[in-house]
Amino acid sequence: MVAHVVAPAAAIPPGARHITEAAGKRIVVFNLDGEFFALADRCPHQGGPLSGGSVMGAVHSECPGEYAYDRRGEILRCPWHAWEFDIRTGRSVFDPRRVKTRAYEARTACGAELQAETFPVRVEERYVVVEV
Amino acid sequence: MIDTDLHPMLPSLEALRPHLEPLWADAIAQRGLEGFESQSYPPNSPRTVAPQFRAAKGGFPALPALQSFLDETGATHGILNCLYGVQLIFNADMNAGFTRGLNDWIRAEWLAHDTRLRASIILPNEPEHAVAEIERLAPDHRFVQALRLVMGNELQHGRRAHWPIYEALIRHDLPLCLHAGSAYRQPVTSLGWPSWVMEDAAASQQGFQSALASLITEGVFVRFPTLRVVFAESGCTWLPAFLWRLTKTWKGVRFEIPWAAEPPTDTARRHIWLTATPFDAPDDAVPAALSQLNMQDRLLHASDWPHANDPTALPRTEKFLRDNAIALYPRLGGTSP
Repeated sequence: MVAHVVAPAAAIPPGARHITEAAGKRIVVFNLDGEFFALADRCPHQGGPLSGGSVMGAVHSECPGEYAYDRRGEILRCPWHAWEFDIRTGRSVFDPRRVKTRAYEARTACGAELQAETFPVRVEERYVVVEV
Repeated sequence: MIDTDLHPMLPSLEALRPHLEPLWADAIAQRGLEGFESQSYPPNSPRTVAPQFRAAKGGFPALPALQSFLDETGATHGILNCLYGVQLIFNADMNAGFTRGLNDWIRAEWLAHDTRLRASIILPNEPEHAVAEIERLAPDHRFVQALRLVMGNELQHGRRAHWPIYEALIRHDLPLCLHAGSAYRQPVTSLGWPSWVMEDAAASQQGFQSALASLITEGVFVRFPTLRVVFAESGCTWLPAFLWRLTKTWKGVRFEIPWAAEPPTDTARRHIWLTATPFDAPDDAVPAALSQLNMQDRLLHASDWPHANDPTALPRTEKFLRDNAIALYPRLGGTSP
């Protein structure tokens, strides 16, 4: 695993997404209420760019006509065929065990920890880092 | 061997009169009613009665003809699915009255005369009447399921207005049979009324497809997880392709029906049975079709007597000829109360 510095944390506010490239892979980074998550920008179905998808909440139900709706903003839908993916895990909603996109570990680190990297960082600022 | 789709033919509306309540018995003369033969089964067509089953002068075969047929085929049980077109009556109360009469005619003129026979409760159109008819006849265990026509009802089968019917069926452990045919409240194709009998016949498959989609998407099988549905005279080979399409689309828009937590294909394979006549495939395509269908536990032997059908090359296993039906119909051993 190599730590890839994506962007200053302030550049990806809550609800925003950011596309980056690391080790030849396109990765899309999301900020969910201050927590960062990174997914391969590629739908496991036919390779659609997930970064172009809309987000919604998780809708589920125990009984026809009843709708539970929670986790608003945490479900990403592929722009090609509208398959839903959990931004936190990369797993699809319809078949989470078998159909998923790659999820990478994302975190923030302060510039001081990242001095060794080629990315021009400032010591006092926080950055989003993805492990690729 | 168990024959799951036999069609007792009402010779004429007159034959129903003794089984009707007085109000409806008199309505025949008062209103000048001539009959409710349906466009789905034109009286002179082999689709309705095959030439070899025609009575003298081309009439409909009666009970003795069916008894000979059962003797010849060696069926231990046969299920009567009467298709006389009472569903065509628009007045809901009159529809219910004539349907009760039809069920009583089946009971008196057929079930009472041969212990091999079982029957479907023909359901009146209105859910309220349908529930009442299930409650009236369910104590008679010779009624092994309840039948509605698959097409042309006022509402799609999955809509919640029908759920009291499903509740009543579950209460009595009766499967629902959706049989080919139309109540003609809607055109038999989604594009409008066809001109010809052959279009009507071929449209049946669209009707079953829409019925299946409705039952699954509306969540009928989530709300009634033990409900079993028999598609009778539906054909079989269209099902895998349709389920593939339905499941593919579900992956993208399942959020509309969050209660459908599994692929429609899985739901269908658990809840749907098919009578295997007609099968809708040439003989050399049968093995491939069976493999795609992957519902060997759900295929029911049916002669479709006296409708004309080409014989199919389905493997005549005990499972297909008998055991699947025994597993589906707990009442097959039942008798009248």
